[in-house]
Amino acid sequence: MQSQTKTKRTKLLSVIGDEDTVCGFLLAGIGEVNQHKESNYFVVKKDTPVSAIEETFKRFTSSEDIAVVIINQHVAEKIRDLVYSYRAPIPAVLEIPSKDQPYDLSQDSTVKRVRQMLGLGA
Amino acid sequence: MASAAGDRLNVVPSRMTLTQIKGRLAGANKGHSMLKKKSDALTVRLRSILKQVLEKKNLTGDVCREALISLAVAKYIVGEDFKLHIMENVDKSSLKVSFHSENIAGVTIPVFEKVSVDDDGTEYYGESVKDISGNGVSKEISEGLSNKFHSYVSLSGLSKGGQQIATCGENFRKAADTLISLAELQTSFTLLDEAVKITNRRVNALENVVIPRLENTVAYIISELDELEREEFFRLKLVQNWKERESKNAQQLREQLERTRQGFSSFEMDSYETKERLVEGLASNDDSDIIF
Repeated sequence: MQSQTKTKRTKLLSVIGDEDTVCGFLLAGIGEVNQHKESNYFVVKKDTPVSAIEETFKRFTSSEDIAVVIINQHVAEKIRDLVYSYRAPIPAVLEIPSKDQPYDLSQDSTVKRVRQMLGLGA
Repeated sequence: MASAAGDRLNVVPSRMTLTQIKGRLAGANKGHSMLKKKSDALTVRLRSILKQVLEKKNLTGDVCREALISLAVAKYIVGEDFKLHIMENVDKSSLKVSFHSENIAGVTIPVFEKVSVDDDGTEYYGESVKDISGNGVSKEISEGLSNKFHSYVSLSGLSKGGQQIATCGENFRKAADTLISLAELQTSFTLLDEAVKITNRRVNALENVVIPRLENTVAYIISELDELEREEFFRLKLVQNWKERESKNAQQLREQLERTRQGFSSFEMDSYETKERLVEGLASNDDSDIIF
């Protein structure tokens, strides 16, 4: 029933989050800036407009080179509708806790869907 | 089934169409049972993935928290400015993801693999993300965060800022590993969910629409053929009756004719007799007056 085919395509991880989160993942070495000076990370500060976050989220999720979009939960909260309506398998959107916001697992869009399917209530 | 009773294909009712439709019905039944099996297989896989997703999600929270704490420690020791330094010096990514695909009952699912890229561009395919199971990381977490923090701080006086940053990077790499495996699960989840939905839709369509329609068509053709047969029988009977009546009529006519002919000949006989009598009369006429 299972077969494996090896295809050598490498894709990037991308981050949308506060300064510390982005910095940490850059330290891990996921950052990349391409020829058009487009980066695969986006720092959300207190005064960053929601439209800019939305635009970045759309850019990352529609990008061919990106496999995973890591997003801070409090940032995802700001563009909740967009995150919910995003259903494509690749890139996968992952919500992670941020430093100065409490992490509520039940707010996560995937967790919500999973719990719904397991019948544990929305 | 609950489908409209009169719903059937628009076909000409004939023996050949009946064979064709029966063939299609058999095919539909086979497809239905196979799709049902596929749907079951996918559902089993989906269930197991659902559980793993929840576990991994919980784990991710812990791993990320640890990474952020180590970052905080690094900031405390090295100072805030190293962040700017890091942000300014981004060029090529050294941690990427590669795929290969796995096939579950006809659904292609990507398996993510971490790739470390060296400064000179050589790629090291790290151990498959699956192998870095949660156990290893969670064990480290269970060692106790306070314990860790203690060891960080104890090094602070020894100007080991670089080491702190390295540890921080290491922790974030671990977090990235966990996130990659979570991404894999989440991707599988989304794909399988979609596949299960599509398969179930097909199963239902076959069960509630296609198969009843074919069954209706078969019933229609059979009833129509029966009807034709009855009609044929009736027609034969009618013809038979007609023929019988005809022959009876003909008989009567013939008899009538016969009778007429007999009547006519008796009349002829009469006239003959009369004539004869007439002749006789003439012959026996003894009129004495006429003497030449």
